[in-house]
Amino acid sequence: MCLAIPGKIVSLVPDEPHLGVVEVTGVRRRVDLGLLVEDMPSVGDWVLIHVGFAMSRISEQDAAEQMQLLTVLGENEAAMDEVRGYGVEDAGELRSTGESPGCRKTSSTIQ
Amino acid sequence: MRYVDEFRDPELITRASDEIRRLAEPGRHYRIMEVCGGHTHAIYRFGLKDILPENIELIHGPGCPVCVLPMGRIDDGLSIAQKSNAIFAAFGDMMRVPGTHGSPFEHKARGTDVRIVYSPADALQIARRNPERHVVFFAIGFETTAPSTALTLMRAKREGVHNFSVFCNHVTIVPAIRAILDSPDMRLDAFIGPGHVSTVIGCRPYEWIARAEGKPVVTSGFEPLDLLQSIVMLLRQLRAGEARVENQYKRVVPWEGNLAALKAMAEVFELRPHFEWRGLGFISQSALRIRKEYAEWDSEQRFDVPETRVADPKAAQCGEVLKGVLKPAQCKLFGKECTPEHPIGALMVSSEGSCAAYYNYEYRKTASLVTEISSVA
Amino acid sequence: MAHGAGGKASRRLVEGLFAPLLCGNSREPLGDAARIEIDGMPIAMTADSFVVKPLRFPGGSIGELAVNGTMNDLAVAGARGHSMIVTFVLEEGLPSAILEAEVRAMSSALRRAGVAMVGGDTKVVERGKADGMYITTAGIGRPLPSVRIDARSVRPGDKVLLSGPIGDHGITILLARGDLELEADLRSDTRCVLPLVEALAREAVPGIRWMRDPTRGGVATSLNELARDCGLGIFLLEEEIPIHDAVRGACELLGLDPLHIANEGQFLAVVAPEYADLGLNALNSTPGGEDACIIGEVRKEPANAVLVSTRYGGSRIVDMLAGDPLPRIC
Repeated sequence: MCLAIPGKIVSLVPDEPHLGVVEVTGVRRRVDLGLLVEDMPSVGDWVLIHVGFAMSRISEQDAAEQMQLLTVLGENEAAMDEVRGYGVEDAGELRSTGESPGCRKTSSTIQ
Repeated sequence: MRYVDEFRDPELITRASDEIRRLAEPGRHYRIMEVCGGHTHAIYRFGLKDILPENIELIHGPGCPVCVLPMGRIDDGLSIAQKSNAIFAAFGDMMRVPGTHGSPFEHKARGTDVRIVYSPADALQIARRNPERHVVFFAIGFETTAPSTALTLMRAKREGVHNFSVFCNHVTIVPAIRAILDSPDMRLDAFIGPGHVSTVIGCRPYEWIARAEGKPVVTSGFEPLDLLQSIVMLLRQLRAGEARVENQYKRVVPWEGNLAALKAMAEVFELRPHFEWRGLGFISQSALRIRKEYAEWDSEQRFDVPETRVADPKAAQCGEVLKGVLKPAQCKLFGKECTPEHPIGALMVSSEGSCAAYYNYEYRKTASLVTEISSVA
Repeated sequence: MAHGAGGKASRRLVEGLFAPLLCGNSREPLGDAARIEIDGMPIAMTADSFVVKPLRFPGGSIGELAVNGTMNDLAVAGARGHSMIVTFVLEEGLPSAILEAEVRAMSSALRRAGVAMVGGDTKVVERGKADGMYITTAGIGRPLPSVRIDARSVRPGDKVLLSGPIGDHGITILLARGDLELEADLRSDTRCVLPLVEALAREAVPGIRWMRDPTRGGVATSLNELARDCGLGIFLLEEEIPIHDAVRGACELLGLDPLHIANEGQFLAVVAPEYADLGLNALNSTPGGEDACIIGEVRKEPANAVLVSTRYGGSRIVDMLAGDPLPRIC
C-alpha cells in the first residue's frame, strides 16, 4: 500500500554503512538501505522510498521497456485491425508486458 | 523528475484510455477491485474514473491499514503512552483517527506527548535523544511497512536502546483478499493487485486468486499510466478468457519479492492466531505480533494493555463498503453524520479510505463538468 | 488547533461566533481588511496575529511575516498600507538577542514596504507559553483608486490569476521544524505584494473583482471561500499551477497537496476576461511577478466548489483544508 516515492541516492553516510542520502526533486533525506542488503545500491542508483527505508531498486531498463509498450499502445492493434480487414488470419493478440514467473528484476545502474 | 512525470504524460494517457475503450466489450459490465488504499487514492487524485468507459466499474478494496484498525487499538496505544508518561509516536495518518476518548491530536491537546514521525527510524531517534523518556511507536501498515518496523526493532536491540517499544498493528493483505472473495455478495471480475506490498511479498502470493478463483490479477504502479496499463492488461486477459497473475509494476516489483525484507519480518514478527479488522470482523492469521525474543521492545509485552473493544455504530455500513458491496454514497450515514471532519466509520478516517476519498475528491462534481477539458488562458 | 489552521474549522469560528456577536448586522462577506469611512475619508484597516515555530527560518522570520502579512492583507483588499502598530507577547526568558533580531528584521521589512510603525505594546508571559514570541499587528491604509473588491461581482468566465509559485513558505516551515528530517534548498516566499497589486490595478482595475493572499490553508482554502461567497465554481488547470521542484518533491514524499500549503508572498486575483491578459502582462513585467500566470477560471458549475482538472481530462474536487495538512505514509 501506501506512499512510496522514487528517489536518487546522492551520497552514502560515512560510518553508517546502511544509510544513504536520497534526493527527490531537490528534497533530501537520510534513507535506510538495510532492506536492500542482498543487492546494495550505489550512489547514482534510483530506489523506491517508503517511511524512510529503501524498498526496492528501480530498474531503468524495465521502466524504459514499459514506456516503449505504452507508446505503441493501440498502434499494433490498429495495424492488426487493418490486416484483419483484408481477410487475413488473425496473427494473435499482442502480448502485454509479460508475467514471467521466476524472472528476477534486472538491476541496472543509471547513467 | 524521473519515474513520475513520464508516467503522467497526457498524450500516452489518452492513448491508453482509447485502448481501454477499444478492449471493453460493449454490453459487458466489468467489476474490477483495486485492493490497495494507495490505488484508491491515486484513482481519485488523478480523476481516472473520468476517462474510463461507463462499463468499467472500479470497486475499492480493504487495503487501507488505518481504516481496518479497530478503534480499541487506538485507545490501547494511547492508554499505554499516558499511563507510563511515554512519548506516543505515530505516522501523520493516525493523528486525527478518533479513539473512544478522542484522537491522538485531541490527546495531545490534553497533555499527552504525541509526535508525528515520518519513519519508525525517527521514532527510535527520539528515544535515543530522550533517554529519560520511553517512546511508544504505534506501528501500522501492511507488509510494505512491516519490514521497516522490523529493521528498526533489530537496530534497537542491537544498540541496546531500552526506552523504545513498538505497539504493533501490522496486518497482512492476502487474508483480507480472501475475506472479500469469500463474501457471498461478492461479484468481481478481476483485481488490480497491490503495488508496494508486492515489492516485499512478490507476486506469487496472488497466484491462488487466478488459479482457484479464476480471476486475473495485475500488480500495478500508482501513476495514471500504471493504472491504465494495468486495466488494459486485465481486459486483455478477460477478453481471452484467461486468469493469470501479471506484473505491470516491473520496474519496482520483483516477482519473488524482497528476501531481505521477508527475513527481517520473520526474525522479528510472528502471525497472531487471529486479529479483529474493523468492518471485516476477526480474521485468522492476518496480523503480526512481535516475537518473544524482542519482548522488551514490544509495548504489549512490556505494558498492561486494556484490550479495549469498541463496536462501530450499527448504522455505519463500513463492512459492506469495505467489501465493495455498497458504494460510499449508499451508506445511510455518508455525507451527513459521517464526513471526513467528524468520521463515524472506518472508511472516513483515512484520506485513502474509500468514503473519504470519494467525499474529498468526487462527491460534489456534476455530470456536466467531467467531459470538459479546456485550456484556460 | 484545527480552528487556527485557516480552513473549515477557522471559518466556522469566525462565521459562527465572532461575526454574529461582534459585527452586528453587517451582511458583507468577510474579507482580509475592513473598509470604513471617517468623516467621508475612506480608510482600510486590518489586524493579524503571527505565531510560527521556529521563529527564524530560511527566507525570513516572524518579524518579517508580521510586517509583510499585514501589508498584504491591506494590498489584497485594494489598499496601500500607511502605518502599523505592533504588540509583542514575549515568553519569559526569551534571549534579548532574539527579540532584537526580530525588531531589526521588522525595521528592514517596514523600510522595504515604505510603511511606518507608529506604536506598540509588549507583554511578558510565563516560561512555557508563547513559543518564544507571538506578534499581533494592526495596519491602516488608503484604498487604491477605483479598486473594488467584492466576491459578489465575480462572474462565470472571469480568470483566476496567481502571482507566483505556491507552497514555498509552508514547506520551508515544515522542514525547519526538523521533525521530518528532510532537507531542501527552499526559502519562505515572504514579501510585500503591494507593488504587484499596484501594477495589476494600473492596467486592469475596471476588471479586478476579487483578491486574496492564500496564507494558511493555501490556494485551495482561499478559492473555496470565494466559491462559497459568490455561489459559483472555480476551475483550475493542474499543469498551469507553478510549483518549485523542491516543494513538489516534499509534497510527494509526505503525501501533501501543494494547494493546501501556506504562502506568505503570493496573491490570487479574479479578473474579468477582457482585462486578464493586460493584468497578467503587468504582473509579468514587474520585478517579482515574472512567474505570475493564469491558473483557471470561474464557471457556473460545480457551484460552491473548486475543481482541478488535468490535460488528459481527469479531475477532482479540492476542498478547504480541515485542520493542518498532515504528512501521510499511506
